[in-house]
Amino acid sequence: MTPQIAPDDILSVQNISKRFDVSEPFLNRVLERRPRRILTAVNDISFDVPRGKTFAVVGESGCGKSTVARLLMGLHTPSAGAIRFEGTDITHMPPGNPPELRRRMQMIFQDPYASLNPRWRVRDIIGEPLKNFGICKTRAEVTREVEKLLSQVGLIPADAKKFPHEFSGGQRQRLSIARALTTRPELLICDEPTSALDVSVQSQILNLMKDLQDEFNMSYIFISHDLAVVWYMADVLAVMYLGKIVEVGPKEQIFENPQHPYTRLLMETVPKLTVGGTERAPVAGEVPNPISPPPGCSFHPRCPLANDTCRSVAPALNLRAGGQKSACHAADEGRLPAWLRLAAE
Amino acid sequence: MSLLELDNIVVEFPTRRGPLEAVKGLSLDLDEGEILGLVGESGAGKSITGAAITGLIEPPGLIRSGEVRLRGARIDNLPPEKMRRIRGKEIGAIFQDPLTSLNPVYTVGEQLIDTMRVHLGFDHKAARQRAIDWLAEVGIPAPEARLDQYPHQFSGGMRQRVVIALALCAEPKLIIADEPTTALDVSVQAQILALLKRLCRENGTAVVLVTHDMGVIAETADRVAVMYAGRLVEIGDVKQVIEEPLHPYTRGLMASIPQIGNRDRRLTQIEGAMPGLRNPAPGCAFAPRCPRAMEHCHSLRPAPQDAGTGQVACHLYGETA
Ligand SMILES: Nc1ncnc2c1ncn2[C@@H]1O[C@H](COP(=O)(O)OP(=O)(O)O)[C@@H](O)[C@H]1O
Ligand SMILES: Nc1ncnc2c1ncn2[C@@H]1O[C@H](COP(=O)(O)OP(=O)(O)O)[C@@H](O)[C@H]1O
Ligand code: SF4
Ligand code: SF4
Ligand SMILES: [Mg+2]
Ligand SMILES: [Mg+2]
Repeated sequence: MTPQIAPDDILSVQNISKRFDVSEPFLNRVLERRPRRILTAVNDISFDVPRGKTFAVVGESGCGKSTVARLLMGLHTPSAGAIRFEGTDITHMPPGNPPELRRRMQMIFQDPYASLNPRWRVRDIIGEPLKNFGICKTRAEVTREVEKLLSQVGLIPADAKKFPHEFSGGQRQRLSIARALTTRPELLICDEPTSALDVSVQSQILNLMKDLQDEFNMSYIFISHDLAVVWYMADVLAVMYLGKIVEVGPKEQIFENPQHPYTRLLMETVPKLTVGGTERAPVAGEVPNPISPPPGCSFHPRCPLANDTCRSVAPALNLRAGGQKSACHAADEGRLPAWLRLAAE
Repeated sequence: MSLLELDNIVVEFPTRRGPLEAVKGLSLDLDEGEILGLVGESGAGKSITGAAITGLIEPPGLIRSGEVRLRGARIDNLPPEKMRRIRGKEIGAIFQDPLTSLNPVYTVGEQLIDTMRVHLGFDHKAARQRAIDWLAEVGIPAPEARLDQYPHQFSGGMRQRVVIALALCAEPKLIIADEPTTALDVSVQAQILALLKRLCRENGTAVVLVTHDMGVIAETADRVAVMYAGRLVEIGDVKQVIEEPLHPYTRGLMASIPQIGNRDRRLTQIEGAMPGLRNPAPGCAFAPRCPRAMEHCHSLRPAPQDAGTGQVACHLYGETA
């Protein structure tokens, strides 16, 4: 079966899962009679990324966001499911292959330092993919293109001869964006690109990313744990919890009227920049262990609306009146309370 | 008398390229039971200021000049042994990584009991009972059973709860909390902050809360001090600093925070970056980025002036305005 892809979507993911074997070494297991331990980092999720838009993924640490990104980039092989990019099935393609296709997808990471070779000068870091992918033929062309890319991300041509350690965190993220842009990607996967940066630097990088998206008509997959950042960046939003998408749909709809108790929990815990008045409602509990997730709806131990069905049957991702989908029995059964809008504006 | 006074402290690190001033003359007061937020971007000198209070500046770093006073008595020049006792008894510390405060080879109970026996003179039985009470107080389920477990058997959020219990159990008058929730998920962050705030209120403990997160400040602090490039640029009541900041840097910082519901296409941004600590310019350190900079800002350093509910170091305020 070849999955279909709508012409408006640049990427389509169907029923993808990733399981990690985190068992102890074989001998220990035998001697101590321990069972095999399988961690399901991504559990049967599907989504489509609209062309030229930003598909944002939000969730607490450990919910599987980075694993999704790595699956899309071919850095992990999925345990099940299919990924289609621009009509081509790329599910089992090794990273970097085939080059014509892979150059159209690039990724930037949370820690720009770890992703930049510390012994290379900027001109080589950015110049290498230009040469490798045959984008520039001569050295003069490479030099010109490196300078152009640097100025596009707000750096100066003289930065080409520096090493990564000579830059601040924000400037390094600009460098990794410049490197990602070398191949003129159509899809940019951004895994918490500003989580390690100060807010004043974050706003510079987010503005830059929006400008570049407009200029090059790129599609973004934007991963974050920060709902306020996601509000600013997303067109479509997916909320993840323990390897599952629990709610997905147009950003405005989800912020306006979230249809999953976990989404609501996340929204209630966003710190407000006003003093006095409402404090954040402290929420009970923490994310459970993904090795033995709770049965039924995996959110049920923390959910104020959980009932017997929730404790035994996993809810399906169903379409709601607002246009988003959510996986929740309470929403199915019409017992999700009305949502009091966030006092924003 | 204030509980804590920092009087013009300068913290210096000798380096191969000469001394580096991480804190360049900082003064502030803290009252009993008060929660003071210390904010600013990374490298501004927040942690070093906290370390100057707790006597934990790593040599060869040192307090070059100025005084730290606790209830009027100097503590910056005490011998290490004396300072260690003050640190356990009078001043508690909470760090971003709970494992810095916990000893991996002792159970959580042993660490709590030991602290209370040393600092409060409890016998073992009384200390054990108090330890169970503290674990319950910081929201750890089944405290009696958890008492005999090791730090690694707790999740990140639970560990930070244990650290709070450990910092508070000796009944200190002051807690220095350096980014205590930065490593935690937002849903857990809210729980930990609410807990810290409630317990400090109940026990009359003052807190210096070091963070780069204005949201954390907004819901926790009474007063806020903003640092930039090793100096205090603004200090005032939390409502003023968060909602109507005076200093152009604080204004830019607040405006650059993304807010749900805001429909501006672009975020407000402060151009440029905080300058390095080496070779500081003669004038206002923010001048190269300041949208309101005047000519004399580049040559004359603004001193803190009374303004609003506190002080501001900016030529737009005070006599030189
Ligand atoms: N290579 C791996 N081997 C084993 N477990 C992994 C691996 N990568 C991620 N995990 C686990 O998968 C889960 C999801 O991780 P991740 O995708 O990094 O989450 P997030 O990015 O949302 O924080 C976590 O429990 C993590 O510990
Ligand atoms: N051990 C050290 N040696 C030299 N410089 C240091 C040392 N520790 C901190 N610094 C410098 O002091 C400055 C302030 O650091 P810090 O107080 O940790 O900042 P923050 O506001 O991020 O907590 C930084 O620029 C840092 O480079
Ligand atoms: S399915 Fe049940 S437990 Fe899960 S989120 Fe909905 S109401 Fe809560
Ligand atoms: S002193 Fe001048 S440059 Fe500095 S913040 Fe005030 S107006 Fe701006
Ligand atoms: Mg991640
Ligand atoms: Mg710090």
